[in-house]
Amino acid sequence: MTITRDDLIDFIYDEVRMLDEGRYDEWLELWLPDGHYWMPLDWKQEDPLHVTSLLYEDLFMLKLRVERLNGARTFSQKPKSRCHHVIQRPFVDDMDEAAGRFVTNTNMHYVETRLDDQFLLALTATHELKLVDGKLRIANKRVDLLNSDAAFGNIQLLP
Amino acid sequence: MGRYTDNPQAVAALVRGREVHRDVYIDPEIYRLEMKHLFANAWVFVGHDSQTPNKGDYFTTQIGDQPVIMVRHTDNEIKVLYNRCPHKGTKIAIDRTGNTGKFFRCPYHAWSFKTDGCLLAIPLKKGYEGTGLEDQQTGKGMKAVGAVHNYRGFVFARLAEEGISFDEFFGDSLSSLDNMVDRSPAGRLEVAGPPLRYMHQCNWKMLVENQTDTCHPMVAHESSAGTAVQIWKDLGYTEDDPKPPAMEIIAPFMSPYEFFENMGIRTWPNGHGHTGVHHSIHSNYSAIPGYFEALTETYGEEKAKAILSENRHNTVYFPNIMIKGPIQQLRVFIPLAADKTLVESYIYRLVDAPDELLARTAMYNRMINAPTSIVGHDDLEMYERAQEGLHADGMEWVNVQRLYEEDENFDEERVENGTTERQMRNQFHAWVKFMTADMTTKEAAE
Repeated sequence: MTITRDDLIDFIYDEVRMLDEGRYDEWLELWLPDGHYWMPLDWKQEDPLHVTSLLYEDLFMLKLRVERLNGARTFSQKPKSRCHHVIQRPFVDDMDEAAGRFVTNTNMHYVETRLDDQFLLALTATHELKLVDGKLRIANKRVDLLNSDAAFGNIQLLP
Repeated sequence: MGRYTDNPQAVAALVRGREVHRDVYIDPEIYRLEMKHLFANAWVFVGHDSQTPNKGDYFTTQIGDQPVIMVRHTDNEIKVLYNRCPHKGTKIAIDRTGNTGKFFRCPYHAWSFKTDGCLLAIPLKKGYEGTGLEDQQTGKGMKAVGAVHNYRGFVFARLAEEGISFDEFFGDSLSSLDNMVDRSPAGRLEVAGPPLRYMHQCNWKMLVENQTDTCHPMVAHESSAGTAVQIWKDLGYTEDDPKPPAMEIIAPFMSPYEFFENMGIRTWPNGHGHTGVHHSIHSNYSAIPGYFEALTETYGEEKAKAILSENRHNTVYFPNIMIKGPIQQLRVFIPLAADKTLVESYIYRLVDAPDELLARTAMYNRMINAPTSIVGHDDLEMYERAQEGLHADGMEWVNVQRLYEEDENFDEERVENGTTERQMRNQFHAWVKFMTADMTTKEAAE
């Protein structure tokens, strides 16, 4: 199977649509088992392990995050938050067809709302994708918030 | 001027043995008085000296609502100065950290100051000749806070020129800071990266009280910790199976009431206290290879064991920080308004200890205390609901009476059942003491 640039771009669009529509079980299926979702705290942070990040979660933690959203006693999600991504056409930064490894870079605006509050985040998402058994999967995802060092209230869904 | 200004009796009447009046959380006048009296007269955490390792390094923050600069002076001592040019009021530095070299230079009119605040130079100074500038505070330079104390790297300041000494204010409570620092084989901590910054639309004291509230984890955090335990079970593991670090961190939040009752709470004079006298949620973390050996090398086996056998959970240093000795975390609750608090959560590296310890600490910080944390979300939800709920008329008092006793004496150290709210009462006892310490009565003020 050959992966085209359009396949990669469609993948990124489909992923944010899953997040916006709350199709989290489908979203978790996109991930390879040893992947990490990383949201650095510091601008241009290089080390996810020995300084604090906003998020650095493996599949167990992502699954926990998703399960919790639907829990009967998840008080901060009563009522539930909603989110919305507006994305720019992804850049394809690396296209190694032989290795089945691809890297995209996508600028997005993310809006999250709950009750009377709504906030906007500008971010750049870097996806490392791999072709496994004929399907594109997420090997790693890095989300750099433009204002990652600012003080935030609750960010409850996934930018 | 409202009900409470210059009225120490009215302020003291907000705290009863078993309950406190809602105005301590919601009244803007009380907030202003806290800044003027409580935060000026107490010893307040500023920063860690590893944030400014070299001469001229500075760090900007605030003590209460007062903007300050912590800076390493040319004599290597840490100075804490008000972040205000004595000329027109311009903040001298606004980046969070930096190096200013041998002097600060105001960007507005180029007045310059040594890093201890002393005036160095004013351009076109002849314009001030004969005007008496040298006799004014303006002519002396940037104002320093009343007193500064660097305790094993942790820098505290008292804004007031006169008042309680550092040693008397903290007393034996410093044993928690000692244990955190002793855990380094070099006896030294270093800050690891910038802090998490988490904005809370609630009063700062709700956060401080929550640090020793041992009856909320299994309720408020059931959605995160309880779900984690359930997923773990669904994967086919039992409680005795070795857990990955994330599970070691989050699962103990679901411990039963008995666990928290038996962990114990210790209170010290002046509003300090800690949970986890006998054990805590940090007790059962896996040993990191090489760490005990490194500690033993420094301290000998007996003392190394004694250091690691302390697993204090949360130590509150009144008024507004909490430390976790076993994981080298410090959280500062910065009051921005009656209903607005900035929480900054720092982590520290144990110098000469294996990096795996720091990795666990960093994981704890982001998992539990980030604005993106599935644990923090439910805490903040509770505080903000309380901040709104307190406006309900007809019930103006907030209850703090769990395991209350008549005639409690907060001037003595005590160890109690781990679910007591004695530490919250201890904080309010200290709150009245430092709010009213230098408050003149209306008659005296006139």
